[in-house]
Amino acid sequence: MSNFREDGPGYPVTEATRVDKVSPESRILGKMRALIVAIIAIVMLIPVFVMIMTSFKARSDIVSVPPTVVFKPSLEGFVFLFTERAVVAKARQADFKAAAETGELNIIERVAFEAGQEVTGPSDYVTRLKNSLIIAGLSTIFSVSLGLFAAYAFSRFDVLGKDDLLFFILSTRMLPAVVVTIPLFLMFRQLNLNDTHIGMVLLYTVFNLSLATWLLKGFIDEIPIEYEEAALVDGYSRWQTFHKIVLPQAVTGIAATTVFCLIFAWNEYAFALMLTSENARTAPPSIATMLGRGGIEWSAIAAGSLGFLIPVVIVVFALRNYLLRGVTFGAVRK
Amino acid sequence: MAEIELKKVEKQFGDFHAVKPLDLKINDGEFIVLLGPSGCGKTTTLRMISGLETVSGGDILLDERKITWLHPSERDIAFVFQLYALYPHLSVRQNIAFPLQAEGESRDLINKRVDEVVDVLRIRHLLNARPGKLSGGDQQRVALARALVRRPKAFLMDEPLGALDADFRESMRAEIKQLHIDQHATTVYVTHDQIEAMAMGDRIVVMSEAVLQQAGSPEEVYYKPANLFVANFIGSPGMNLINGKISEGKVVMPGIDNRYTIPNDWLDPLHEDLNGSTDLIIGFRPECAHLSTEGDLVGTVYAVDLHGAYTMLHINMNEHDIVHIREDRMVKHALGENVRFNLDKDMVRYFNPKTENAIYRREVVQ
Amino acid sequence: MSDVELRKITKEFPRVKALDDVSFDVKDGEFFVLLGPTGAGKTTTLRVIAGLTKQEEGSVIFDGDPVDELTPADRDVAFVFQQYSLYPTMSVYDNLAFPLRSPMRNLDEAEIKRMVEQAAEILRISPLLERKCAHLSGGEMQRVSLGRALVREPRIYLMDEPLSNLDAKLREALRVELQHIQKTQASTTLFVTHDQIEALTMADRIAVLDRGRIIQIGTPDDIYDRPATTFVAQLVGTPRINLVKAGRENGRLSVKDSSLHISLPRGWDPPSEFLLGIRPEDIKPDNEGEFEGVLTLLEPLGVETILHLTSGEQTLLSLIPGMTSFKIGETIKFNITQERLYCFNTDGNSLLC
Repeated sequence: MSNFREDGPGYPVTEATRVDKVSPESRILGKMRALIVAIIAIVMLIPVFVMIMTSFKARSDIVSVPPTVVFKPSLEGFVFLFTERAVVAKARQADFKAAAETGELNIIERVAFEAGQEVTGPSDYVTRLKNSLIIAGLSTIFSVSLGLFAAYAFSRFDVLGKDDLLFFILSTRMLPAVVVTIPLFLMFRQLNLNDTHIGMVLLYTVFNLSLATWLLKGFIDEIPIEYEEAALVDGYSRWQTFHKIVLPQAVTGIAATTVFCLIFAWNEYAFALMLTSENARTAPPSIATMLGRGGIEWSAIAAGSLGFLIPVVIVVFALRNYLLRGVTFGAVRK
Repeated sequence: MAEIELKKVEKQFGDFHAVKPLDLKINDGEFIVLLGPSGCGKTTTLRMISGLETVSGGDILLDERKITWLHPSERDIAFVFQLYALYPHLSVRQNIAFPLQAEGESRDLINKRVDEVVDVLRIRHLLNARPGKLSGGDQQRVALARALVRRPKAFLMDEPLGALDADFRESMRAEIKQLHIDQHATTVYVTHDQIEAMAMGDRIVVMSEAVLQQAGSPEEVYYKPANLFVANFIGSPGMNLINGKISEGKVVMPGIDNRYTIPNDWLDPLHEDLNGSTDLIIGFRPECAHLSTEGDLVGTVYAVDLHGAYTMLHINMNEHDIVHIREDRMVKHALGENVRFNLDKDMVRYFNPKTENAIYRREVVQ
Repeated sequence: MSDVELRKITKEFPRVKALDDVSFDVKDGEFFVLLGPTGAGKTTTLRVIAGLTKQEEGSVIFDGDPVDELTPADRDVAFVFQQYSLYPTMSVYDNLAFPLRSPMRNLDEAEIKRMVEQAAEILRISPLLERKCAHLSGGEMQRVSLGRALVREPRIYLMDEPLSNLDAKLREALRVELQHIQKTQASTTLFVTHDQIEALTMADRIAVLDRGRIIQIGTPDDIYDRPATTFVAQLVGTPRINLVKAGRENGRLSVKDSSLHISLPRGWDPPSEFLLGIRPEDIKPDNEGEFEGVLTLLEPLGVETILHLTSGEQTLLSLIPGMTSFKIGETIKFNITQERLYCFNTDGNSLLC
């Protein structure tokens, strides 16, 4: 048995690390810690796995007790999600059956028929997703852009009542959304903004502006002011220094802020539910209201949630490096 | 007793060699200074001794006991950081008591030790203050107290004066040295400032680019530098080093006809070391050159520095070489003026340009 | 190049008066150093001159015309910051060209190239032009910073402790070079530092600043030989001047808490209690010395040695050339150069003799 205290780890250590961190106990502890973290991560992700599995299950598999883990995958959930259907009248069932056998029905129609229904048209799921994309996307762009300018001003200029204003901005986030939906509903109605894309974009922009301003101010504070002052002294205008010097340095901060704002706007439920109905309804409320259409179509709900999850996962994955920096910003001052 | 020995201690970060295999023996009670420019490996070496950094090879011994792989807290060595590392939410008393509390000492012992230590460092009046409110010098004294209170076998100090204003540094330097004289504890001190090293060290270990250049007393590294690096690094400014050629018993330097006559007893050792080559580097410290109207060497004044008690003249000998000469402050010189000077023969040193090492002559044994 | 005058500048921040009635002038072509400890207001002064900070009272004047209403860009000054002055993602060439590419100047690339190469030549960084700034050493980075200022040929250079973040050796080398450049270019430079060696060696004139007030303005010789207050006397000179409480006794000066009695220098008439200043180089060990003290600490610096001599409760520092064979604990006899003693009021505020 090699003795660590006498002989060390037995190989040349070429990283920067403390002595106690390369002892066998320390490494085992490290591995154990990693294992525990992995287990916790898996446990946390179980609902997501269940959701993905459910979206591919046939109805019988979903409701069975105990829940099936191995099953025959079915596209039922997706078909139900993307289409409007009606129950096939007894009279036409025979026709359908014939058509199914001769291969005249496409896969979507076939799956629908297996559940005793026929396709009457596309559902509004895609429209809702599109609404979500437009509203969340536009509001994020606006809130981050405006937040950037506000953050720069708070960081660099002597704004009258700066501390009070900043606190006030922060305090707007302390309100639960539900508390203000009634007044907002009335205001929207007065301004004819009810159920409009513009109304929702406006609302989300304003709500995200506080988060964006606070986050971005933190990032801009970290950019040494000497860079801009040097440029000012050299003859560049404020706008040029902002554009040539601050922006390139603030890119990571902007990416992190964008992710946070996007996640909020994308997942927002309360306002979307209360202030939209047909025209501007986004995905979150509509997925939930898929309940009650001839029974609870779990697979459709699961499929809808999955579809809803994917765009955000893609964006966050693409910007993951920036996110990590964003979570720890301002923590350590050099 | 606290003798520290480094046996072929080295450190690599990936492919980068931060410290090449180093052998060093530090005697009990010695104040040894690791000196060198940024990135030379001095701090990494110190951190390896403390355990805050692992070694890639070699061993560290404390009183002949291997401590290479002991936990930093098991080594009985105290570390003083450049940025004090004081706990801002604790009072000065609590900060100083902290290491002893961590070791589970009794309250009586802790109070007694804290009492002793604050008197040694003269910070009794600060016991109830918060570190954040203290000046840099006081904070450093608290950091020293916190190290002292453990009565460790050795102290490791990482550029402790670096964050202080220039004048503070001077007085703190004397304080730390006085502390060492009183406590007589083995101390390893890291700095990039050679004035600090010379003023404080019993021995100075000069490092550059991961390699030990010379280990010796202030007198040794000043008057007998082992190579060009040490000659240039020690001294403010460093030794004047001029490239020349040896010819007919003289060193011929480029530029205006500058020839220096080599003393006879140097001729043989020089020829032996140079082994046929005629390239030679001649070195002399600023105080070893003296202006004289009949001087052998000549140049033009490039810059004049007033240093209060003396003046430093920067003389252009040719387009590559600027020579620094220390002069009495009362004499004035104009830019561009031609001056002549002589060198103090006993103080002139010679170096081999190829090996960069000093050339020695056999000292006459008395 | 211009001459710059500050007239009665006052600058207040929420809790502190950074500058209090500051006035001085920098002549065309002069290397003027603002010397003072951290927090004295040196950086604030530079920023007021540059226009980056607005003063509450007083006026900044260039060549006789007030420039208070002008933006930093219009004042045509070059500012060298202590740190963060290089854009890390740009090459050295682009960093040097940046000031010249500003919309204020309509220079074509050929002209810019000529000016950049000229500045690079002076600072000896021509081989580095294509490198990215992140791959430079500390000294090289600072040269590029200086280059950015040099390239502009402004009315005045404002330098905020540009050498402070460098290693001791680098600082020395750059100091000599900077001095040489300034002298040969005859550029008006206002240089700020807390390091008195920088001030003494580089300045044509020095202004000593303490907590927002100018204490003394003069040539390095003036500041060193005729300090107006104990603050100034202690600020310049390494090691620090010895400052001890003294009194008059039997027609002699006696140093408190020690056995040192010095005969009254000619023309002196100090009060019964005052502060006596003795520069370390004026305390000279001598076998026939008039005074004696115990050697408690020895600091060998190679070219010279600092001796800590204790008599009673007082410790005096003595500076002697070269190395010494004295040992700690030895009693050393020494003399004091009478003609170079200083005497200050007990509040430290004025030189009396």
